[in-house]
Amino acid sequence: MTEESPEIYAPQANLPAMPADVPLLRIEGVSKSFGNFRAVDRLSLDIAAGEFFALLGPSGCGKTTLLRMLAGFETADGGRILLGGRDIAPVLPHERPVNMMFQNYALFPHLDVRDNIAFGLKRAGLPRADIDSRVAEMVALVKLEGMEKRKPDQLSGGQKQRVALARSLARRPKILLLDEPLAALDRKLRESTQLELMELQRRLGMTFIVVTHDQEEAMTMANRIGVMNGGRLEQVASPRDLYEAPQSRWVAEFVGDVNLFDGEVASREHSRITVSTSGGAALAVAEPRNVSVGTAVSVAIRPEKVKLSRRGPGSDAVSSQLINRLEGEVTDVSYLGGLTVYKVKLDSGAVVRSSIANTVRLDRDTYSVGQRVVAWFTPDDCVVLQR
Amino acid sequence: MARKVNSLSPFNVTSLALGLAFLYLPIIILVIYSFNDSRLVTVWGGWSLRWYREFFNDRAMLDAAWMSLRVAAVSATIATLLGTMAAVALVRGERFRGRPLFSGMLYAPLVMPEVISGLSLLLLFVALNAERGFWTVSIAHTTLTMCFVTVVVQSRLASLDRSLEEAAMDLGCDPVRAFLSVTLPLIVPAIAAGWMLAFTLSLDDVVIASFTTGPGSATLPIRIYSEVRLGVKPEINAISTMVIAFIAVVIVIASLASKLSSSQGESAAPL
Ligand SMILES: Nc1ncnc2c1ncn2[C@@H]1O[C@H](COP(=O)(O)OP(=O)(O)OP(=O)(O)O)[C@@H](O)[C@H]1O
Ligand SMILES: [Mg+2]
Repeated sequence: MTEESPEIYAPQANLPAMPADVPLLRIEGVSKSFGNFRAVDRLSLDIAAGEFFALLGPSGCGKTTLLRMLAGFETADGGRILLGGRDIAPVLPHERPVNMMFQNYALFPHLDVRDNIAFGLKRAGLPRADIDSRVAEMVALVKLEGMEKRKPDQLSGGQKQRVALARSLARRPKILLLDEPLAALDRKLRESTQLELMELQRRLGMTFIVVTHDQEEAMTMANRIGVMNGGRLEQVASPRDLYEAPQSRWVAEFVGDVNLFDGEVASREHSRITVSTSGGAALAVAEPRNVSVGTAVSVAIRPEKVKLSRRGPGSDAVSSQLINRLEGEVTDVSYLGGLTVYKVKLDSGAVVRSSIANTVRLDRDTYSVGQRVVAWFTPDDCVVLQR
Repeated sequence: MARKVNSLSPFNVTSLALGLAFLYLPIIILVIYSFNDSRLVTVWGGWSLRWYREFFNDRAMLDAAWMSLRVAAVSATIATLLGTMAAVALVRGERFRGRPLFSGMLYAPLVMPEVISGLSLLLLFVALNAERGFWTVSIAHTTLTMCFVTVVVQSRLASLDRSLEEAAMDLGCDPVRAFLSVTLPLIVPAIAAGWMLAFTLSLDDVVIASFTTGPGSATLPIRIYSEVRLGVKPEINAISTMVIAFIAVVIVIASLASKLSSSQGESAAPL
């Protein structure tokens, strides 16, 4: 609605004309230590213009520290950060075409909601009319109409978070760094704000780097997700690849829910291998890579890909002999609305989780605690992870 | 702040009353006797404003009062400037060398016996061959009150979130502008409180002033003190009452100001 209002960061402001193959942002082996604790450890990452990148990772793994280095509040001990091919180490925070939303919001307590949002616009010297329309747009985006005159200490936690989001968005930076932007919002508001953010990002061609603890949120919004652990990136991949093809046991366990079987490769033919698990079972697994016999591996299978039946796979599945079938007893049933999660204690002692979508309202075909079942899954649904 | 008053037990009420009486009874007696018509301080001779009239005709006393006000205003202003700068350096310049020593040295005047600071300042002024008078007293009071300002401003600064300034820089302010547009408005109540503290400290100091002042430039407390040595004149009661009224007004203004600003900042300045 205010498409004509001037941009603070002119299309090529601070950015030299860059060849097409240079990414907008290149992080090259960047490290940051506090004392002798390494918060970020030789981290490398390329982010293309217009990307929506999400950072996932456990608390304390260095996500905020990485964003603070991009915004210019921490200097890297080693490595380089290139923006449009140029090292930004000497560029001060206020000269970077980057805005950041702080994890603790950092709202100015002496200014009301409107002046907080307008702060960066006033500094940029926008005409008053443009500031007014931009503020109104941002206030509408975060649904804070009618609260413009309130001071931050008169707002709820979620409202403060929305002001912080609006303030960082208002300048429409080339790169926007969002540190857990929606964590304090209720589910409904969070989902609608996610959609609005995605829409805005696409419309204005901004690049977003978002830290979140909500995996679903990361998968919904991001083109690519980086999973951080202990200051390093464990894996960078599209949401689907991250979930369906995790590269390490750690990532498989961190992202979503997973069943893991430890064992070693017993035999190999074409692109199938057989893994003999420590529980004594033999699992057939599809594995295109060349894994030599005897290698210690883990077989990962997502709960929704483990099916249950009373007597084993149904007639159509029987036609393929290569189906992993593990017998056991149901020990726990959790009804979660859209799906039900069963815990099955296998005869080998291991526990397998199976989640089954509740597609029928009055399903009589459910399993109950104590019932003997066969848990089965196909070789193609398994992922082999090196240990 | 708003405790339930009706939960006070009789014991609490008694001790509160006794405490207040202990603090304020002498002052109340002084105020009452300032309206005494009698020449003798201890004999009640009926109500009158005679001694107030006396004061406003007493050239020397008026000069001393005017001198005191000027010294207090000038020294409080300089002390506030220097003290605020010191507080900013101590809180914001996290890692400069010798910071612990610097902050320790700043607090020395807080605990130094006034006789010693007065004497050392006197020696300094004599060594510099400075003519003693208004400026020497003002400088001496600045050194005395500056550390109080620093303490007040420093505690406020330390309670401010560092990321506020970072957010300002992120939104396009250079470091100086970030300080001026975000930090300064938030510490103004503390700065004002520091100024008023310095002002009242300077106004009631006798010891340092008597070391550093020169002939013909006595401050009000010095003047009062020397008059009292010759016997208490009821005029002193009148002057003291006016000083008390003046300081009460300053304190009320200060607490109103800090209440006003605390409704927009997080925590009020300590006052
Ligand atoms: N200024 C600092 N001084 C010392 N250690 C620090 C400092 N800032 C961060 N750290 C440490 O660096 C590590 C990474 O911190 P960081 O804030 O980047 O974590 P994070 O991934 O953002 O965590 P969270 O998800 O909880 O916000 C933590 O272990 C933290 O204790
Ligand atoms: Mg963080």
